[in-house]
Amino acid sequence: MGYLKKKTGVYYLINAVLVFLLFFVLLNLINNRIINRTSTQILTLICINIILAVSLNLVTGVLGQLVLGHAGFMLVGAYTSALFTMNIGLDLKIAFPISLVLAGLMAAVFGVIIGIPALRLKGDYLAIITLGFGEIIRVIANNLKITNGAMGLSGIKSLSTTKNPSPMFIYAYALAALTVFLMFTFGRSRHGRAVIAIREDEIAAESMGINTTYYKLFTFVLAAFFAGVAGGVFAHQIGVIDPSKFDFNRSVEILIMVVLGGMGSITGSVISATVLTWLPEQLREFSKYRLLVYSIILILVMLFKPSGLLGRYEISIPKFLDKLFARITKKTAKTKTGGA
Amino acid sequence: MDFFNHIINGLGLGSIYALVALGYTMVYGIVKLINFAHGDIIMVGGYMVYLIMVKWGLPIWLAVPASIVICAFTGMLVERVAYRRLLVHNAARISLLITAMGVSIFLQNAFMLIFGTDPKLMPPLFQAEPFKLGSFELASTTVINIVVSVIMMIGLNLLVNKTKIGKAMIATSEDSSAAKLMGINTNRVISFTFAIGSALAAVAALLYCNTYPQIKPSMGNLLGLKAFVAAVFGGIGSIPGAMLGGYLLGVIESLTKAYVSTTLTDAVVFGILIIILLVKPAGILGKNRKEKV
Repeated sequence: MGYLKKKTGVYYLINAVLVFLLFFVLLNLINNRIINRTSTQILTLICINIILAVSLNLVTGVLGQLVLGHAGFMLVGAYTSALFTMNIGLDLKIAFPISLVLAGLMAAVFGVIIGIPALRLKGDYLAIITLGFGEIIRVIANNLKITNGAMGLSGIKSLSTTKNPSPMFIYAYALAALTVFLMFTFGRSRHGRAVIAIREDEIAAESMGINTTYYKLFTFVLAAFFAGVAGGVFAHQIGVIDPSKFDFNRSVEILIMVVLGGMGSITGSVISATVLTWLPEQLREFSKYRLLVYSIILILVMLFKPSGLLGRYEISIPKFLDKLFARITKKTAKTKTGGA
Repeated sequence: MDFFNHIINGLGLGSIYALVALGYTMVYGIVKLINFAHGDIIMVGGYMVYLIMVKWGLPIWLAVPASIVICAFTGMLVERVAYRRLLVHNAARISLLITAMGVSIFLQNAFMLIFGTDPKLMPPLFQAEPFKLGSFELASTTVINIVVSVIMMIGLNLLVNKTKIGKAMIATSEDSSAAKLMGINTNRVISFTFAIGSALAAVAALLYCNTYPQIKPSMGNLLGLKAFVAAVFGGIGSIPGAMLGGYLLGVIESLTKAYVSTTLTDAVVFGILIIILLVKPAGILGKNRKEKV
């Protein structure tokens, strides 16, 4: 056991080093203008989508419940944080992080309101109720005065400037890394194991003394929180938000990232979020067909590989290195014995 | 008198919801699937009438049955292509739901590419003078909606309770593996259920186009969602429940529009769903089934 624990520690360390390494490389490239403005924006959007996909994966993959209104939580977060930074009059450097926390909390409150009726029941009510929520929240945002109706909010200040293009990326990257880390540890914690038990067999889990409603709600609200935070970063990244940016298609895009990457696989979500954000930017002329293609992929994946492309498999670089080292040491050991 | 008028209008609107809700409830009763694509079948029905009547200029007596048949076939096709494999392999519920979602997005985007995103105007289908009762006037569309929906429901009840295939449907929804052992071809029953549900959706599409003469690719979204709320309201899986839920939802919506707010009706409908799930999750006429391990 002690050996295993030590090994996990080393794994975490290697992963952390790799994440920091990637971060500094990208940061330097951005600051030295080798990655231009548009590409920086795409990188930031990739990070935002990673937050969204990984958090949705928590509910869809780990808990096994379908959520069709993730964009709704994003909308709540985006408006909350944008309205906060626009009206508070604080320096943006201080106001922005506070606004992100508020955005997450607000989305979490909505998550509780929706989650309690939907998750107390067995069955698929969460899917339909979140679908409804996504539609209704948009209708409400379209009609309220504070959200400026269909015109939306404009002039949301970004931390990035032409002189200093990196702050938004730093925030997005750090939050994405944090989300991935939290989701990863969540899956291996007491809570995570309870949630996996619920996914596998709700009745059995309940009879083992797991408070199913509590854990289901907890997971759902956690995902809503991160969606809200992602919405907050998104609002400040693009500067102009209106309800149509958070429509049903947006929820579907996040869902397909999760499904394609593998339901339950965090690294799968990260990879598919990266590819599915980057690819459409390169194939702009095909944007008309994007959702048609997405829907066909969705159906085909479900029919032939229902767990998604990666399933629950996690790609792990440390493990890979471990295997590599093991092979090399084996080889050297062999040659040594052969030589003797 | 105004109040009475709103209620009648609500019943007219509720007729459409009820017909769509029947499709949801029948499919849910048999395969325990929330068929997200059901709302889009309405859209298919609407566009078929548009295609046949406006684009090809054929008469209405041809367009109406044709669109109903096409919708029934679309429903069967969707079941055969997208759901059958998962149902036979007893796949996880979430896979079925995601597939249904995929079908819904596919239908919407396919029609968007074929017909364009802009709304299309429909010619009036069935026209009649408003009905007058003293000082009281009723729009012909409302009366047609109510009459057609009642006829459809009587027909459906006869079909389910009196015919062989109807009994097979009941048996399959009670216990599909036992039904299989009794020699019922459950795959055929499921296929037939999708066909009937989709045909009813096509009728709803006709009534909808007659009442609100405009169609667009995303029209099935909200309509489908509301019909689903109606099905849950009445008790999902129960056929009389879907009818009752549909009419009630129509009346509630009409009264909300008249007395509360026109823009927030959708939010009110959604609020109803939350309240039902909190207070009586089985719906008004639904049975509380004990889950056996």
